[in-house]
Amino acid sequence: MRNLKASGNTAIQTSSATGVARKHESATKHVSGEAIYVDDMLEPRGTLFGAVGYSPIAKGRITSLDLSSVRQAEGVVDVLQLEDIPGHTDIGAVFGGDPILTSDEIKYQGQPIFAVVAQSELQARRAVKQAKIEFAEQTPTLDVVEALNTQQFVRPSHFMTHGDAKTALDNAPKRLKAEQHVGGQEHFYLEGQVALVVPAEDGGMLVYSSTQHPSEVQKLVAEVLDVSANRITVDMRRMGGGFGGKESQAAAWACMAAVLVSKTKRPVKLRLPRTDDMTMTGKRHPFYNTYDIGFDKDGLIQAADIMVAGNCGHSADLSDAIVDRAMFHADNAYYLANVSIAGHRCMTNTVSHTAFRGFGGPQGMMIIERAMDDIARAVGKDPLDVRKLNLYGGAGRDTTPYHQLVEHNVLNQLIEQLEHSSDYRARRSDINEWNKNSRILKRGLALTPVKFGISFTLQHLNQAGALIHIYTDGSIQVNHGGTEMGQGLHTKIIQIVAEALAIDANEIHITATRTDKVPNTSPTAASSGTDLNGQAAKNAALTLKHRMCECVAEHKQCDLDTVHFANGRVYWGDQSESMSFTDAALFAYENRVSLSATGYYKTPKIWYDRDNAKGRPFFYFANGAAVSEVIVDTLTGEYRVIGVDILHDVGRSLNPAVDLGQIEGGFIQGMGWLTTEELKWNHQGALISNGPATYKIPAISDTPERFNVALFERDNDEETVYHSKAVGEPPFMLAISVWSALRDAISSLSDYAISPPLDTPATPERMLNAIEATRQQAQEIKESAL
Amino acid sequence: MIRFLLNDQDVNEENCAPDTTVLEYLRTKVEQRGTKEGCASGDCGACTVVLAEATNGQLRYQTVNSCITLLGSLHGKQLLTVEHLKEQGALHPVQQAMVDLHGSQCGFCTPGFIMSLFALYKNCDQPTRADVENALAGNLCRCTGYRPIIDAALSLAGKGASDIFTKSEASTYLRLTGILKQHPSGFIEHGARRFLIPTNGDELLAQLQRFPDAKLVAGSTDLSLSITQQLQQPETLIYSGRVQELMQIEESASTLKIGAAVTYSAMQSSLHKYFISFADMLERLGSLQVRNQGTLGGNVANASPIGDTPPVLLALDATIHVRSPNGRETFPINTFFTGYRQTKLPASGFIESIEIPLQPECQLYVYKISKRLDDDISAVCAAFSIALKDGKVNDVRLGFGGMAATPARALNAEQALIGQSFTEQGILAAQKALAEDFSPIDDVRASGAYRLKVAQNLLLRAVLEQDNPTQEALEVVQYA
Repeated sequence: MRNLKASGNTAIQTSSATGVARKHESATKHVSGEAIYVDDMLEPRGTLFGAVGYSPIAKGRITSLDLSSVRQAEGVVDVLQLEDIPGHTDIGAVFGGDPILTSDEIKYQGQPIFAVVAQSELQARRAVKQAKIEFAEQTPTLDVVEALNTQQFVRPSHFMTHGDAKTALDNAPKRLKAEQHVGGQEHFYLEGQVALVVPAEDGGMLVYSSTQHPSEVQKLVAEVLDVSANRITVDMRRMGGGFGGKESQAAAWACMAAVLVSKTKRPVKLRLPRTDDMTMTGKRHPFYNTYDIGFDKDGLIQAADIMVAGNCGHSADLSDAIVDRAMFHADNAYYLANVSIAGHRCMTNTVSHTAFRGFGGPQGMMIIERAMDDIARAVGKDPLDVRKLNLYGGAGRDTTPYHQLVEHNVLNQLIEQLEHSSDYRARRSDINEWNKNSRILKRGLALTPVKFGISFTLQHLNQAGALIHIYTDGSIQVNHGGTEMGQGLHTKIIQIVAEALAIDANEIHITATRTDKVPNTSPTAASSGTDLNGQAAKNAALTLKHRMCECVAEHKQCDLDTVHFANGRVYWGDQSESMSFTDAALFAYENRVSLSATGYYKTPKIWYDRDNAKGRPFFYFANGAAVSEVIVDTLTGEYRVIGVDILHDVGRSLNPAVDLGQIEGGFIQGMGWLTTEELKWNHQGALISNGPATYKIPAISDTPERFNVALFERDNDEETVYHSKAVGEPPFMLAISVWSALRDAISSLSDYAISPPLDTPATPERMLNAIEATRQQAQEIKESAL
Repeated sequence: MIRFLLNDQDVNEENCAPDTTVLEYLRTKVEQRGTKEGCASGDCGACTVVLAEATNGQLRYQTVNSCITLLGSLHGKQLLTVEHLKEQGALHPVQQAMVDLHGSQCGFCTPGFIMSLFALYKNCDQPTRADVENALAGNLCRCTGYRPIIDAALSLAGKGASDIFTKSEASTYLRLTGILKQHPSGFIEHGARRFLIPTNGDELLAQLQRFPDAKLVAGSTDLSLSITQQLQQPETLIYSGRVQELMQIEESASTLKIGAAVTYSAMQSSLHKYFISFADMLERLGSLQVRNQGTLGGNVANASPIGDTPPVLLALDATIHVRSPNGRETFPINTFFTGYRQTKLPASGFIESIEIPLQPECQLYVYKISKRLDDDISAVCAAFSIALKDGKVNDVRLGFGGMAATPARALNAEQALIGQSFTEQGILAAQKALAEDFSPIDDVRASGAYRLKVAQNLLLRAVLEQDNPTQEALEVVQYA
């Protein structure tokens, strides 16, 4: 901040718009039912409603397709099949392999075959049931291990190495090997997939889509229609949750609706009922992981050979980047001096798995966190001590398996702080005592850290644009490339722009994300929404501020560097003169200064040479740690999470309330992934956990009563927007502490001699199996010792 | 015609499909779209609305899932949705609390939470955390992790439930009682399809005989799934919720008799008097929205193998009172279930009541095992009624759900218990015998092997619970 002259100007102090717990920009609309989601818009006159017919089988060919009864069903106006698509028929996000509809080959249950539009949604859904389709069924591949063994991959495997894992493993004093299955996860955004497409002139369309990636929807709609992108506008005001599930998977419904619009010349809405949504859209990748780890008697890792194999489903979708991110996080917070990591992309006959908060990172972290617990049991130490021993440190212990240096590492300090604030040691000894005296119930405790790399690993996505208009009444409209799915992105951007212009945040209004306002945007994903769009918006604001400063300097005849924005006013000269921001806007307008500006940002410093698996894919790391305590019923395998303490690093918080919401929400969602959320396919490859009656996300009683969440206070050392850090994904992985605590509770049955395997989700059934296996193994050890 | 209040507006509807849900009505017919569809199966609570009913001199506010509530059941009630809570543009206290405490993120589940909070606000002046969890267990939020919502709910304690609805309560009460006085019954119809609202058993019986394919519907918590999920279009629906004889609870010295159309919520306090473990389990049978709609008679007539009350009624040796064109009959519950979703209910018949004998000599143990604590369907539901004489098991009934194609007693295990001490040693044979009683299946909820193991372990739990002088916590639910 510039020095101001002392005379009479002490009132000029900038109150910060960032760093305060501003309420969500839509909060009052959320609570009164006035926030409008795509399905809530009043449809234009003549709107038709769609439904999708999909394959009931997982693999085979269509031998006969008779849709005559569908066409004749009540209310039906038109039917869409593959041959009706005028342009591209493959809507794969990055690679091919995702046909919009199929007329022949079936690769998964839920694969769309046709769509129908009718006068009402119910009529369309009823009509779908009239289809007569015959199939020649083939045996589907459903097991990821089978796919791995037979090398059925959707993309080539990738490898990372640092040091010499093989030699170091052979020389290590102790060695452990293990395998684990990590389950997938249904997004269960409360608002299902939906698109409303309205015809426009020149073959164009206005597409309202619940999507995290409006630009990709625009591109794909243009491609399937065979029109140029400039005819298609995608409008996205808000999503009822996204979590990655509307990154690539929102496009199909918009594309189908668009082609139906071109066929019928009427607006079309296509909204997936919950079961259709769960059946037809991809999920978090289930993973099969293995490790072979060498360590010394203290538990210090000397070498690791890690394999992660993602179950990608039938096509590549985003799986290449997702499995890469699993590999990038197979070290989590730990220095692996000699390491080799293999990542495989396995093809199975299920829906194509896709982005989900963490984007493979959580699945990769699971294997090294499992190793930490296992090593601790093998050397007879508290797992926390083994984790601390293996953390990244200073020089010589700061290189990742992909050769990026871990700089500005806060985890040692952060963990120390959390260990004390959570009273970890005292609770540990209390639990040990308690478990000795409790026959049926057993408690468990664990502290696990998170180090999460921030940036898209696909370099070109690390850019963003924004557009700001200042109107002559001083009100400001901001538009940017990010989408609002509840994460508070718009709220933070409002605060950023308000801070940049030193005005009241209430003067700023954010409108729907639109491809005709900010073009060529990246998906709102990879936790990058604020980092990228916030900087772009800030840059746009600074451009406008500079123009206004120049205008004031010119017309008030003062030096440019004396013009100063503070407290909603513009000061100049000796600062004794000023005008309101509103007057300054009008003043600039009357002096013919453009009050509309774009802003642009691209992330510096990042690069990655994938051929050699070396580089700096991440601008920085976000960190955190959690302590979870659980109680387990050894008769049924049921459990509760009874206490959670979290310390999380968001750099300088732009909005502590929003950040807290992301941390808590991410944690509970991660807990659901590892505990009650179980995806089940039957032996024919049909998803049988296809609704909330059978797929259980956390409910209110799952939130622990002790839930202490604090922000680690330290600015980001990198030049991010106001030195904040990304917060969307990293807290998700704090929930690994719950899984580790469950293992800890079971391990108590063997007096912590056995480190029980526990695949996820750790349902009561998996828990009971692990409990019984541990008891039996402990008994065998006891007997063999006699 | 049916008559109800939509907020303060009188609404008459006659020409509507009988399977129109309240959610569909709100979103498509009157285009009030604050109420959201999350699942259309009563599992997520995004569509929660509040129904006010005139009962015993006051308005009773209850949440329901509008996606599985049928329009016809609104007759004589007031329907309140998220759009109705503001007073002259100012947010209602529950709305303000959610804003102030950052209780919404994506906002899609929020209208449902607001309505559940509203009902809690009207019904409970000093909610505890347990009250909050009970009120909101049927509302799923995927964004917040619930903590700020819990804080918002707790912040309303002692705020005094005075709002626009309090001010108009007396007039609303009169309007609702007026509707029911003038028009005790009602109907809607669309072409050859209809929704009928009889007011007594005679009318109900006559209508069932007139429309032999009619479906009798009470809370519609299960029947609506055939409409919203399987897209069936039933021709005739007959609503039991206004049939006076089916709405009674009779407590006598020897039995508790519960009318078939009494909701779970309405029977909670009576059950609590006599069967605490049953009442406790009831809180986990389904969400509050479901318990406000679902009925004991519906759960029995449905005969689902995973219904949660039949195992308990089997253990309690309940009697099913049935009325049909043949007259009145009674069935011991252990003979009532004849196959998968099949019962002895005669054609055009209906259950009038379920009568539970009070047996103070019997100890009742009820356990529900599911993946999630709140609002989940049981992998196993077990209920044991055990009477000891001279330290030995003298009388025992073991009722199970989730173990067979019907709710069923474990007769071999019961036999193995008779004459044994109810101890860890004494139950060994019975645990083994459970494997003769049941060969449970693998399904989406659990494997057969898990179900059997848990069933065996639950016998041990009952033993430990019985002999627990230190009151050691034995269930994770108790600990938390």
